[in-house]
Amino acid sequence: MIRVVLPAHLRTLAQVEGEVKLEIQGQATQRLVLDALEARYPMLRGTIRDHTTHQRRAFLRFYACGEDLSQDSPDAPLPEAVEAGAEPFLVVGAMAGG
Amino acid sequence: MSGVRVLVGTRKGAFILTTDGKRQQWEVNGPLFGGWQMYHLKGSPADPNRLYASQTSDWFGQIIQRSSDGGKTWEQPGTKPGEPTTTPDGMPIGESNKFAYDTSPGSAAPLGTHLFYDGTPRPWEFKRVWHLEPSLTDPDTVYAGVEDAALFRTTDGGRSWQELPGMRGHESGSNWAPGAGGLCLHTILLDPSDANRMFIAISAAGVFRTDDAGKTWRPINHGLKSEGIPDPNAEVGHCVHRIAMHPSRPNVLFMQKHWDVMRSDDAGESWHEVSGNLPTDFGFPIDVHANEPDTIYVVPIKSDSEHYPPDGKLRVYRSRTGGNEWEALTKGLPQRDCYVNVLRDAMAVDALDPCGVYFGTSGGQVYASADAGDGWAPIVRDLPAVVSVEVQTLQ
Repeated sequence: MIRVVLPAHLRTLAQVEGEVKLEIQGQATQRLVLDALEARYPMLRGTIRDHTTHQRRAFLRFYACGEDLSQDSPDAPLPEAVEAGAEPFLVVGAMAGG
Repeated sequence: MSGVRVLVGTRKGAFILTTDGKRQQWEVNGPLFGGWQMYHLKGSPADPNRLYASQTSDWFGQIIQRSSDGGKTWEQPGTKPGEPTTTPDGMPIGESNKFAYDTSPGSAAPLGTHLFYDGTPRPWEFKRVWHLEPSLTDPDTVYAGVEDAALFRTTDGGRSWQELPGMRGHESGSNWAPGAGGLCLHTILLDPSDANRMFIAISAAGVFRTDDAGKTWRPINHGLKSEGIPDPNAEVGHCVHRIAMHPSRPNVLFMQKHWDVMRSDDAGESWHEVSGNLPTDFGFPIDVHANEPDTIYVVPIKSDSEHYPPDGKLRVYRSRTGGNEWEALTKGLPQRDCYVNVLRDAMAVDALDPCGVYFGTSGGQVYASADAGDGWAPIVRDLPAVVSVEVQTLQ
């Protein structure tokens, strides 16, 4: 079970409160987590990564276990603590006014 | 009993302003979608309760919202609460936010490049929806003008969007360059007398017309003259800010260009300047009186870098002669120390008699005139910066 923390605006869009919990078959990766997230909440398609290229949107970052995973390969394994549900996978909006 | 509904898009949410036919007392509802840039909201002429909205964010991209009850409740088309969100095999069915350029084999528009500000090629990249234009006859059909400049259409109430690739794929497309606001397709005019004819405008490419329902397009910019581009009389490359028509006379078009107010009497085949006695002919919006096809409105702005009214006086200018002869409308508008801007989609008219005129400012004011511009009063003064204003006349 993977725990995902979304920014407030995306929680509003997805109509969820608090963390999202996802079941992933096999080794968890960014791609599989986002695939599962978008499958359950199709309204989030395009808000985290581009519809077509699947590239992460420029003003969003991915963190877990105190590490910035944004530049990691989308197919790289996520940390064990994330896979075990001990730590959440964080989708974070860039800190900026505007 | 008639009434008016004003749909206001701002930098930080949407607002819906309503009144009865007297247009004296207003109710302000909002913010809707707080914190998001609401580029445009517009109602269907075929079903006034059907509204569409473009909700965007530099962080989270593009969202399309739809209401079927006049703005009381909203949904993302295709993801209605309680409905299944995936197909039986688990694939997402919500496609309402997806604006993918058509690069399919046989398409008229392979994904090439356009020009960036510095003249270098830049791949096409979808950024946001600037303008939503619902069909005149079908509540489920809507056209969307987007950045980077392209035209999309939905025929299923916004659940899915398909590009009309002949627009972006025009032979001049690789030479289009952005205006200061981006390479945006911001104006869509549907000809009420000919379902196959549409006009669109792009900053900074110009005006294009289709006579075959969007399959093919051609530029219609003859007569425009723009200093600051390599060829001031070029067929394509003009920064057209807005075009407008009266539905009873669709061959007559009015244009607010980057500089110059222009008019065409032959569906865009040729244009001539009608700036006349305006204090400055720079500006963004232009609109036509609902009951007088030769009465038009602009808001002169000092210059292309000084985006505020000349002399600190907010003045709408009205011409009752289709241009050239203009009068300043000042009653009820600030006539000192006013330095707001009025953007291209932030002016609209109602269809009552006398005609109501409405506009929103970068300072968050929405002004209304219930007497065709003779006098003005703010409906609301302190919204976030206003991006768009649309008006529905309700029976």
